[in-house]
Amino acid sequence: MARNILVVGELSGGQPTPTTLELLNGAAGLAAGGVVSVTLLGTGATAAAAAAAGAATAYVNDDATYDTFRAEQWLPALGAALDQANPDLVLIPQSASGREIGPRLSHRRNTAVAMDCISIVDEGGALKATRPAYGGNALATYSFATAPAMATVRSKSFDRATGPGASTTVPLPAAGESRTLVTGYEASVSEGLQIQDAPVVVSGGRGLGSAEGFQLIEALAAAIGTDKAAVGASRAAVDLGWYPPSQQVGLTGKVVSPDIYIAIAISGASQHLAGCSGAKVLIAVNRDPDANIWSFAKYGIVGDYKNVVPALIEEFKKG
Amino acid sequence: MHIVVCAKQIPDPETPPSAFRIDAATNKVVPAQGIAPVLSQFDGIAAEAALRIKEANAGSKVTVISLGADSAAAAIKQVLAMGADEGVLLNDPAFEDGDSYTTAKALAAAIKKLGDVEAVFCGRQAADWDMGQVGLLIAEELGWPASIIAKSVTTGGAGLQVQRVLADGFENAETPLPAVVTVSNEFGEPRYPKLPQIMAAAKKTVTQWKTGDLGLDPSQVGAAGARLKLERLATPTRGAKVELMEGDTPQAQAAALVARLRADKIL
Ligand SMILES: Cc1cc2nc3c(=O)[nH]c(=O)nc-3n(C[C@H](O)[C@H](O)[C@H](O)COP(=O)(O)OP(=O)(O)OC[C@H]3O[C@@H](n4cnc5c(N)ncnc54)[C@H](O)[C@@H]3O)c2cc1C
Ligand SMILES: Nc1ncnc2c1ncn2[C@@H]1O[C@H](COP(=O)(O)O)[C@@H](O)[C@H]1O
Repeated sequence: MARNILVVGELSGGQPTPTTLELLNGAAGLAAGGVVSVTLLGTGATAAAAAAAGAATAYVNDDATYDTFRAEQWLPALGAALDQANPDLVLIPQSASGREIGPRLSHRRNTAVAMDCISIVDEGGALKATRPAYGGNALATYSFATAPAMATVRSKSFDRATGPGASTTVPLPAAGESRTLVTGYEASVSEGLQIQDAPVVVSGGRGLGSAEGFQLIEALAAAIGTDKAAVGASRAAVDLGWYPPSQQVGLTGKVVSPDIYIAIAISGASQHLAGCSGAKVLIAVNRDPDANIWSFAKYGIVGDYKNVVPALIEEFKKG
Repeated sequence: MHIVVCAKQIPDPETPPSAFRIDAATNKVVPAQGIAPVLSQFDGIAAEAALRIKEANAGSKVTVISLGADSAAAAIKQVLAMGADEGVLLNDPAFEDGDSYTTAKALAAAIKKLGDVEAVFCGRQAADWDMGQVGLLIAEELGWPASIIAKSVTTGGAGLQVQRVLADGFENAETPLPAVVTVSNEFGEPRYPKLPQIMAAAKKTVTQWKTGDLGLDPSQVGAAGARLKLERLATPTRGAKVELMEGDTPQAQAAALVARLRADKIL
């Protein structure tokens, strides 16, 4: 059955974000002959339509007011796109803005959204959305009793769409008023390679014992290569103030899927693993031979990180 | 200012995965033996945020509302012990097996019934289903603005000044009242009630409201009103067994690991 699918797109530097392209690819796989469209709001939106691979139509507005996300401004524009695209399914990135768009848009359209989904499939004509629950201990699959079905989708749940972008653009209204005002922004992200992009992520946990422990973690990342490895942290370490929140890996932090993830002095709580179980190879260093992390790691060293990490640094430097 | 804190009781999210069981027949989590349910962590933090505003603004009042079964009274008592003034439990078999929408509908109806509420504080997400939408749905039900994933909340400016956690930084926002705020762990730890406060809270009566008290029809809430239907609840499959590096010294183990990665061409 043909399905119209609307992707709520996001722009970064005037281009559709990687997650937007992933959702467009996911949409292509589910449309079964229906129309795939995308919304693009903010500076460069009209020009970016051509880069929205897999979308037939782009609903756009270049109003720079949209560059800073305010739900009360975005929602009427998205509503106007839904009126015209008449979708059976709306796909939204599970991003800072998507977390707000999903529930509010679903309510305004008298329907429901499944948040933080990792897969959406067609099961005998019905859409089923699967998402982790209970901190990653369970996978919950939902069907939708109301239309359109809506889902916010985790990054890297689909491959990126390639090919030609939208050939038709349809204008959306410019931004209206917002009761909520944004008065400032403070960047907290580390310089250089970002944990979402790094092929290797080395993370430290509460077992490091102090903020100084992260110096060893950083030294290990540097030994692997500053162009290859970035440093992450468990929430316990972030909550203790040992490392910035922007580097937190897990359910309430960032989701990373590097080639190698090295968890050092991290016990392996399901909520932490929710952020790194997409790694190709998970390696752990932990002094507890019974730690939960061993049920998930591929390779491991049981021992005190204070001895193991310097030895690893030496070995990697030999490379 | 009258602030409502929405607080949910959940199975302890720190339950070790080995003790985590799903009953496939009912698609429900089997309560782990000997591990008591808890107040969802972020809701305790939302309560802390509300209490700090109460303490900074004379004449303020905090009401804690929970939708749940009889046992959820314990979550309410915990927030009362922290310093909330009143507790309301939305307790009706009709509420069972609802979704985020029906939960928000009932909570919003209770907030309207209280009448003079100027702010609603929720957790960023309930630590059982990890949805993160009830706060925003309450805002939609009431037609209020919302600020989500707050690191700090204070009175000031247009009403509330909120610092929000974004992926790579913090956003400062200002929202007029009435408003909904959802609070994240970056806010800091909630206070730990002392024994006299726990005893005083134990004596307080918790108001109980059913669908009828909220002007809701049983068909609008719980499983009957739910828009999302849970089809399956399963345990994810785990990877292969770990290979621990042999060696008498950390140097030998480290060498074995790096050799292994090079042999696998992972590095
Ligand atoms: C709703 C919710 C969301 C959450 N979101 C996240 C999230 O996004 N990210 C996250 O990380 N957590 C999250 N958590 C918290 C999670 O449940 C755990 O509490 C947390 O991950 C524990 O961090 P940790 O492994 O660093 O600390 P611990 O569990 O305390 O583990 C420390 C480990 O270090 C080991 N150790 C100690 N000393 C040494 C040493 N000298 N050498 C080697 N090893 C040593 C110990 O054996 C232990 O295994 C969340 C929790 C909830 C309820
Ligand atoms: N049953 C409930 N009773 C009271 N508050 C709830 C309930 N369910 C959700 N909430 C509130 O809404 C927040 C987000 O929940 P959720 O959308 O389910 O992740 C929670 O942190 C609570 O503040």
